[in-house]
Amino acid sequence: MDAFIHQVLAGLATGGIYASLALALVMIYQATHLVNFAQGELAMFATYIAWSLINAGVPYWAAFFLTVMLAFVLGVIIERVVIRPVENAPVLSVVVVFIALLVILNSVTGWIFTYTIKTFPSPFPEQPLFGNKYMSSHEIGAIGVTLVVLLLLYAFFRFTPLGLAMRAAAQNPESSRLVGIRVGWMLALGWGLAAAIGSVAGMMVAPIVFLDPNMMGGILLYAFAGALVGGIDNPWGAVFGGFLVGVLENVLGAFVIGNELKLAVALVLIIGVLTVKPSGLFGKVHVTRV
Amino acid sequence: MSRNNLIVIAVVLAAACVLPLMVSEYRTFQFTLVLVYAIALLGLNMLTGYNGQISLGHGAFYAIGAYCAAILMDKYGVPYWATLPVAGAVCLVAGFLFGLPALRLEGLYLALATFALGVSLPPLLKYHHLEQWTGGVQGISILKPDPPEFLNGLGIALNQDQWLYYFTLAVTVAMFLVAWNLLRGRIGRAMIAIRDNHIATETMGVNNAMVKSLTFGVSAMYTGIAGALGAIAVQFVAPDSFNIFLSITLLIGIVIGGLASIQGAIYGALFIQFVPNIADDISKAAPWAIFGLFLLAFVYVLPAGVAGAIRMGMARLQRKRQNP
Repeated sequence: MDAFIHQVLAGLATGGIYASLALALVMIYQATHLVNFAQGELAMFATYIAWSLINAGVPYWAAFFLTVMLAFVLGVIIERVVIRPVENAPVLSVVVVFIALLVILNSVTGWIFTYTIKTFPSPFPEQPLFGNKYMSSHEIGAIGVTLVVLLLLYAFFRFTPLGLAMRAAAQNPESSRLVGIRVGWMLALGWGLAAAIGSVAGMMVAPIVFLDPNMMGGILLYAFAGALVGGIDNPWGAVFGGFLVGVLENVLGAFVIGNELKLAVALVLIIGVLTVKPSGLFGKVHVTRV
Repeated sequence: MSRNNLIVIAVVLAAACVLPLMVSEYRTFQFTLVLVYAIALLGLNMLTGYNGQISLGHGAFYAIGAYCAAILMDKYGVPYWATLPVAGAVCLVAGFLFGLPALRLEGLYLALATFALGVSLPPLLKYHHLEQWTGGVQGISILKPDPPEFLNGLGIALNQDQWLYYFTLAVTVAMFLVAWNLLRGRIGRAMIAIRDNHIATETMGVNNAMVKSLTFGVSAMYTGIAGALGAIAVQFVAPDSFNIFLSITLLIGIVIGGLASIQGAIYGALFIQFVPNIADDISKAAPWAIFGLFLLAFVYVLPAGVAGAIRMGMARLQRKRQNP
């Protein structure tokens, strides 16, 4: 029983990280109806920035917030420069552009920082919090950070005029433009926010999986699975899905199928959800008129 | 086909035939890989270029074909040439089965599902219950085939690399002929029509579901046969050589070569085989950075790829000739 509880809680901790990345995916999906294949590499690149800042002697939390801001700027720039020209292009071109971004970010990181695996510090103390035996403090901290990000986002979209404008631009671009919202910039802001959230996920996962240019491949897949399970157009669903996938992956990996097949769980979930219930648990059902 | 086209094809084929006699063994091996990639790209192009179904996981079918060949040769002593039909058949079935759920997915979602397939296959190949066949992380080494005896009787002395090149060339020509025939006929037109307007196609009485999943199957078959040939040429299969970047390489090949173009497969294959070699001199990470930049440049400037550029150039030349 102890082992089971331990696995569930560990699953919640990694699930929090999947949830953040899933949230980033949903952000971009809501604004543009695109799924960003480069989201994981963006997060990885941001984590490397944090790593070099920390190595240069910047204190952890200063580096953390600086990285989040830099990731935001990077996201905005990428939307403006790279995504903008293919806004109305066929899906294949857009997917190819995302894939191009993925390989460019991956190789540029490898080029600058080499492919050797690096350790990444955790901001949380070594010894377990509150004397509990189930979770390390990094795991608790990662969950906490996810929840804080989620609350901040909720507050931003619910209570600020800018958040309202962004929601409007995503839901009905034409009408928003008519009432004076700069829809193009709202999309860019959405990209920036998604990149910022992704960077948080990267910095939270790096102490667990270590830092290397390919660290996000599997995590991105779990995040996809989480976003799809929860419903790709529902932020709360994505967060729930992320936690669910984390727990499922850990428990199944530990007790049923073994660690080697963990990624297959994501594959089965993705294909299963897409074929059986494409809207996910909490997503809107789309009806197309022909 | 016009007479000019036939002449061009004959010249290219003749050049391909004398090529291994002119270059070193290593270059011959590289050109064998070009042919292998050309078959794989042709398969992916059928699916993505002609039928409009995006696959980011075709490396998985390449891997299945490669493992089929390696397992049959290593464990069961099957001759190398006999592994190709088996690899093709296995991938045809695998592709068809994957194509069935893929029917319900469009555009982006299909890209996602196939991406998941491409990412999760290498760990599956390492799975310890399959290790007695797949060899786990170590993979399987196989022997390079010798040229057949009767060639010596005819007084033709080929080394192993040259023989394998000619063998692959023959397979490639056959596969291209079959693809050309398939794509210009009724099924090919149905594939293109589904890509352009699937509702109209359905109304015209085409069985969309059947054509789409069959296209998936045939496309996987091509890529699988390429995988088997690739395994024989490289003499080695291991899970990590079939990671998601292989699938991405294939996608890069068809975008650069030209979507919905048969000859595009050859340009794409030359690109993905030789550009990394050149770029490797700059840095270990450079090939991928260059791939990425090329991809972006092609999407923005030349969405029809090299094949499209050539087509455009020819058309312009012809116009000049007609009214100088």
